[in-house]
Amino acid sequence: MNTEILGVVLMYATVVALAIPLGRYIGKIFNYENTWLDKIFNPLDRLFFKLSGIDPSKEMNWKQHLAALLTTNAVWFVLSLFVLSNMSWLPLNPDKNPSMSWDLAFNTSVSFVSNTNLQHYSGETGLSYMGQLILMLWQFISAATGIAICAVVFNAMKERTTHELGNFYSYFVRACTRILLPIAFAGAVILVFNGTPMTFEGKDSLTTLEGAEQHISRGPAAAFVSIKQLGTNGGGYYGPNSSNPMENPNYLTNILETIFIFLIPIALVFAMGYVLKRRKLALMVYGVMTAGFLCLVIPAIYYEMNGNPAIAEMGIAQDMGSMEGKEVRFGSAASAYWAINTTSTSNGSVNAMHDSMTPLTGMFAMIGMMVNSFYGGVGVGFINFYIFIILAVFIGGLMVGRTPEFLGKKVEAKEVKIAMIIALLHPLMILGGTALASFLYAGNPEVYEGWLKNPGFHGFSEMLYEFSSSSANNGSGFEGLGDNTPFWNLATGLVMLLARYLPIIGPVAIAGILASKKFIPESAGTLKTDTSTFGILIFAVIAIVAALAFFPALTLGPLAEYFSLY
Amino acid sequence: MKNKNTSLFRKDLVQEALKESFVKLNPKIMFRNPVMFTVEIGTFIMLIVTLYSLTSDAQGSFGYNFTFFLLLLLTLLFANFAEAIAEARGKAQADSLRKTREETPAKRVSSIGKIHSDAVEIIPSSLLKKGDLFFCEAGDIIPADGEIAEGLATIDESAITGESAPVIREAGGDKSSVTGGTKVLSDRITVKVTTDQGESFLDKMIALVEGASRQKTPNEIALTILLAGFTLVFIIVTITLKPFADYANTPITIASFISLFVCLIPTTIGGLLSAIGIAGMDRALRANVITKSGKAVETAGDIDVLLLDKTGTITIGNRKATHFYPANGMDEKHFIKSVVLSSMADQTPEGKSILELAGIDPLSYEVKDARFIKFTAETRSSGIDFENTRIRKGAADAIKTLSETAGNAFPDETAERVTQISSNGGTPLVVSENEKVIGVIELQDIIKPGIRERFERLRKMGIKTVMVTGDNPLTAKFIADKAGVDDFIAEAKPEDKMNYIKKEQAEGRLVAMMGDGTNDAPALAQADVGVAMNSGTQAAKEAGNMVDLDNDPTKLIEVVEIGKQLLMTRGTLTTFSIANDVAKYFAIIPALFIVAIPSLQGLNIMNLQSPESALLSAVIFNAIIIPLLIPLALKGVAYKPIGASALLRRNLFIYGLGGVIVPFIGIKLIDIFVSSFL
Repeated sequence: MNTEILGVVLMYATVVALAIPLGRYIGKIFNYENTWLDKIFNPLDRLFFKLSGIDPSKEMNWKQHLAALLTTNAVWFVLSLFVLSNMSWLPLNPDKNPSMSWDLAFNTSVSFVSNTNLQHYSGETGLSYMGQLILMLWQFISAATGIAICAVVFNAMKERTTHELGNFYSYFVRACTRILLPIAFAGAVILVFNGTPMTFEGKDSLTTLEGAEQHISRGPAAAFVSIKQLGTNGGGYYGPNSSNPMENPNYLTNILETIFIFLIPIALVFAMGYVLKRRKLALMVYGVMTAGFLCLVIPAIYYEMNGNPAIAEMGIAQDMGSMEGKEVRFGSAASAYWAINTTSTSNGSVNAMHDSMTPLTGMFAMIGMMVNSFYGGVGVGFINFYIFIILAVFIGGLMVGRTPEFLGKKVEAKEVKIAMIIALLHPLMILGGTALASFLYAGNPEVYEGWLKNPGFHGFSEMLYEFSSSSANNGSGFEGLGDNTPFWNLATGLVMLLARYLPIIGPVAIAGILASKKFIPESAGTLKTDTSTFGILIFAVIAIVAALAFFPALTLGPLAEYFSLY
Repeated sequence: MKNKNTSLFRKDLVQEALKESFVKLNPKIMFRNPVMFTVEIGTFIMLIVTLYSLTSDAQGSFGYNFTFFLLLLLTLLFANFAEAIAEARGKAQADSLRKTREETPAKRVSSIGKIHSDAVEIIPSSLLKKGDLFFCEAGDIIPADGEIAEGLATIDESAITGESAPVIREAGGDKSSVTGGTKVLSDRITVKVTTDQGESFLDKMIALVEGASRQKTPNEIALTILLAGFTLVFIIVTITLKPFADYANTPITIASFISLFVCLIPTTIGGLLSAIGIAGMDRALRANVITKSGKAVETAGDIDVLLLDKTGTITIGNRKATHFYPANGMDEKHFIKSVVLSSMADQTPEGKSILELAGIDPLSYEVKDARFIKFTAETRSSGIDFENTRIRKGAADAIKTLSETAGNAFPDETAERVTQISSNGGTPLVVSENEKVIGVIELQDIIKPGIRERFERLRKMGIKTVMVTGDNPLTAKFIADKAGVDDFIAEAKPEDKMNYIKKEQAEGRLVAMMGDGTNDAPALAQADVGVAMNSGTQAAKEAGNMVDLDNDPTKLIEVVEIGKQLLMTRGTLTTFSIANDVAKYFAIIPALFIVAIPSLQGLNIMNLQSPESALLSAVIFNAIIIPLLIPLALKGVAYKPIGASALLRRNLFIYGLGGVIVPFIGIKLIDIFVSSFL
C-alpha cells in the first residue's frame, strides 16, 4: 500500500483507538463518577461556583438550560465585540495592529462565539495578542458550550420521565476543566516542541540568505492551535491556518492536528453509549457517521492523488497527485483527508487551499458541511444527528405499524414539527444566502466584481462554499472570494448566528419534551433503533433530506466544473 | 363474510368518485392537504402561463405549456379520486348496513306493564325518540336500536352480522341490546329506544367516513407536518434555483420550475394520505366493527396488552360437568340426588350440564317447600333449601368457609380432589348438605382449536395476552398454559380488570379489552381500546370506542392488525414517495441545464432523449403513480407478525429500495414512449 494512504489509515485508526477510552472518560464525567482528575479539579470547580454564586447541584429543565446557554454566550459576545474593536489601544499589542471595523468585529465575534471561526481577516496583521487571546478563550467556551448541551441531550435520553436534566453550568465547567483543558494542554506542549511559537514578544526579524530583511509574526500560537483543532473551532492563528509552517510544522504535528479534529466528536458518540448504557446504539450512530464520512473521504483522496487532468494534458507528470495549493510536507492524500475531516466536523481549519482542490473534492467538502453530522462539531454534531434520528424514527415507526417511539418515548406531532423546522433551516440558509449573492452578482457583475476572481462555475462554488461553511459553523473558506465586505460580513454573520443557536434550541427542546413524556417499555413490536437496518434508514434520510436538497446547486458549481474538466 | 365486496372499483362507485374528484378541486377543500394544495397553486400558475404562451413564445410553445397544465391537473384529479373512491367505498359499506334501518312501522306503547292492544300506536320508525318504548312480536323488524325492557326473544341478526343462526336476547343481564333492522323470530319483547335517529354509532361512523366530521388522527397530523416540511424544503430548492440559473446564464422556463417542484414534493403520499385513513376505517367496518373515531383504529395498532375473557374467547362456550366425586363414606346415589336438586333451578350452562351428566329428571324427586338460592357474587354459591335440608354448591373456598363457620371440618381428601381437578384445568364445584361437604363436581373447559397459534401471532407482534377468568388460580394457570396466554387474572372481579388495566397503563403500556356487561363499562372506558359487543348493554357500548357487530370475542386481534396496517401503509408509502426523488432529480436536473451546459450530459445517467421528454416523463410518472398505488392504499400493506426489526428490513427493502429503483425504470420507459411522439 502507498505510504500516503497508510498514513491516512493510521491517523483514522489512532483517533478511534483514542476516542473509545476518551468516550468512556467523558461518560464518567457526565455521570458524575469518580475520575483521577477529580483531586485537581474539584477544588477548582468549587472555587468557580463560589465566586459566581452558582449552585451547581440545582437541576434545570430544558428551557432553563437554553436560557443559561444563551445568556452566558451573549455576555461573552459583548466582551468580544469590545476587545476586537478596541485592540489598538488595549494592552498586549507589540506589533501595533489596528482595531477591527464594526462589521468585521461583528462577523469575527459571531464567528468565534458560534464555534465557526470563519475569518475575514488574517491573524498576523488583523489581531493583537489580546485579540488572539480573547478568541482563544472563545475556542474553549464555544466548544464547552457544545459539549455541555450535548450532555443535557444525553441526560434527556435516559429511560425515565423527568423535567430535571442536570445543571448547565456544572456540565459546562466540567467540559472545560476535565476534557478540553488537559487535552489541549498536552497538544500545545507537543506543538511547542515541534517549533510552533509560544511567546508574548513581538515580530522576529531576520536577514535571509538573499540578504533581505524578513519579519516573522509570533505570539501564543501553540496554545491557540491546540484548542482550535480540539474544539472543532478551526480559526487559525495565522491567515493560512494549518498550512502555515508555524502552525503546523511537520508531518508529525499534522498527524496530531488531524487526530484532534475527530477526537472529541467521535468520543462523544461513545460517551452517549456509556451514559445511556446503550453500547449498541452508540455503535449504530458511529457506524452511520463513519459510512457517510467514508463516502466522502475515499473519492476525495482518490481524486486528489490522481492529479488534475488539465495539468496532465500539458504533459506534466503528477506523481504526487494534484499539488496545487498543497504543502509538500503533507502530500495530496493527507491534505484531502484533512479537507474532509475538517468539513464534516465543522472544524474548518485547513492545511491546504480548498479552492485548489479538484472539483469533486470541493463538492465532498461541501457535502460534509451540508450534512454537518458525519461526526460533526463537538457536541453539536451529535445534536444535529439527533434530528435525523427523530425523523428516521418517525418514518420507521410508521413502517412497522406503531406510533413511533424513540428510547421508550412517543414521537408525536410537536417533535416532528421542531425536527422538520431544524432540518429545513440548513438548506434555507445555504441556498437562500447563495441565492441572494447570486442574484446581486448576476444583476450587476461590474459592481460586485471584487467578490469573484473566478466567475463561472468555480465562482458559484466559492459563494456556495462560503454559506455552507457559515451555516455549518465550519469556518473554512474556499477562498478566492473577496469576503471582507459589509455584505459578506453581515450575511455570513447572521447565518452563523442563526445556524449556531436554532439547531441547539430545536433538538434540546425535542429531547426535553421527550424526557417529560411517559416511558413506554420496549416490546417485540417496538422499532429497535440500535440495529443496522435502522442505521440504513437514518443514512437514507440524511442522504435524501440533507444531501439531495443541494443537488441542483451542486450541479451548477462543482459538478458542472467536473464535467467540463474531465 | 356478509357485506364484503371484493371488487375494489365497482362501476357505480367509480362514477361517483370521478364526479367528486372535480368537486374536490375547490381550494377550500384542497387547503386541508398542504402538499396537494401547493400542486394546485402550481397548476393555476401553469394555466396562466399557458394562456400567456398564446401571445408570446418566451415561456415555450402553447402546446408544451398546455401539456404540463393538463398533467398537473391530472395529478390533482388522481389524488382527489383516491380520496373520493375511499369515501365512496366506505359510504357504500355503511349504506348497506343502514339499509337495514329503513322506515319500518314501530309499535309504540305508552308504558311498561299491562299492555292492551289499544294502548299501542303504530308510527314510522323515524318518529321514535330516545326513551320511547315499543314492542315487537315474532316476524317484526325491530325499528330502532334499543335495550330490552321486558321479555325474551330469539332474533335473526343476519342482516347485520351475516350469521344465520338466531340469537337469544333478554331483558336484564348482558345480552339485552337489540339493533334496528334485525328481525324477531319468536316471542315478544318490549324495547326502550336508546339513541335518537341519526345518532346511532353507525350514523356517527358514516359521518366519519364522509369527511364532514373526519378529524385527522394524531399520527396523521404528525405525518402531514413532515410532508409539509418536505414541501417547504423543495419550495426553497426551487425558488433559489432561479438566481442560480441567472448567475449561470441558464434560462429555465416556468413550466420546468413547476415540474421540478411538483415532482420533488411528496405528492404520492400527499395524494393518498386521506384515502389510507378512510380505508382503515372502512376495513374495520368490513370486519363488522364500528369505530367511534379514526383515532381508535390507529391506537389499536399500538396496543401492548390484550385483555381477553376466557369464556367464549379462549374456551368454547361454557364449562361442562365431567365427573362426580362423592366424599369419603358418602353414598354416590345420594350425592347425585343432592347435586341434581341443587342444580334444578340453575339456568347457567354449567348447571344444565350437571343435569345432563346425571341423566336424571329433577322432577322425579319429590321435594316440598323448595326454595331456590340464587348465585351471588358475595356467597359465590347457589343451591336449594327444602324441608330441613340445605344444599349448596359453589367454589371450594366459599363452601369451605360455609362449612367451617358451621363447625364442620373441610375434609382433606376433598381438598386434595379440588387441587387435583384445578391443576388439570378443571373447575371444582364443592357440594355441601347442611354445611357438611358431601362431594365435588368436576367441570372442564374446552380450549378453542387454533387459539394457541393466534396468541403466538400476537406475541410476535409484541402484544401480551391476558386471560380474565372467574376460575381459581390453579385452573386459570392450567388453561393459560394450554392456550398459550402470557398472563391471567384468576377469580376476577370487575374491579380486578380495572386495576390490571390501570397498572399496565401506569407502566406506559396501551391496553385493549373486549366486554359486554354493564360491569365491564368502567374498564372499557379506562382501556385505550375498548371493544363492546353489539349484544352487550348500552352502558358497555357507550363506554367502549368500538362496537363489534359480530359479538366475536377474538375480533380484537383483527382490530389490532387493521390498526397496524393503517400506520404501515402510511409509513411505507411515505418512504416510497420520498425515495422516488432520487430518480426524479436525475431526470430533471440535467434536463434543466443541459442546453446551456452541454457537458452536464454526463449527469443524464438514464440517457433520456431530450430535456422536454425528460421533464414530461418525470411529471407523467409522478401523476400516474398515484392511481397505480390506490389499490395498495385501499387494501393496506400486508402486516406480517415477524417482529419489528424484520418488518422494517422487509418494508425498507420493498418500499425504500423499490422506491429508488421503480421510478428509474418507469421514467425511462415513459421517455421511450413519449419521445416517439415529440
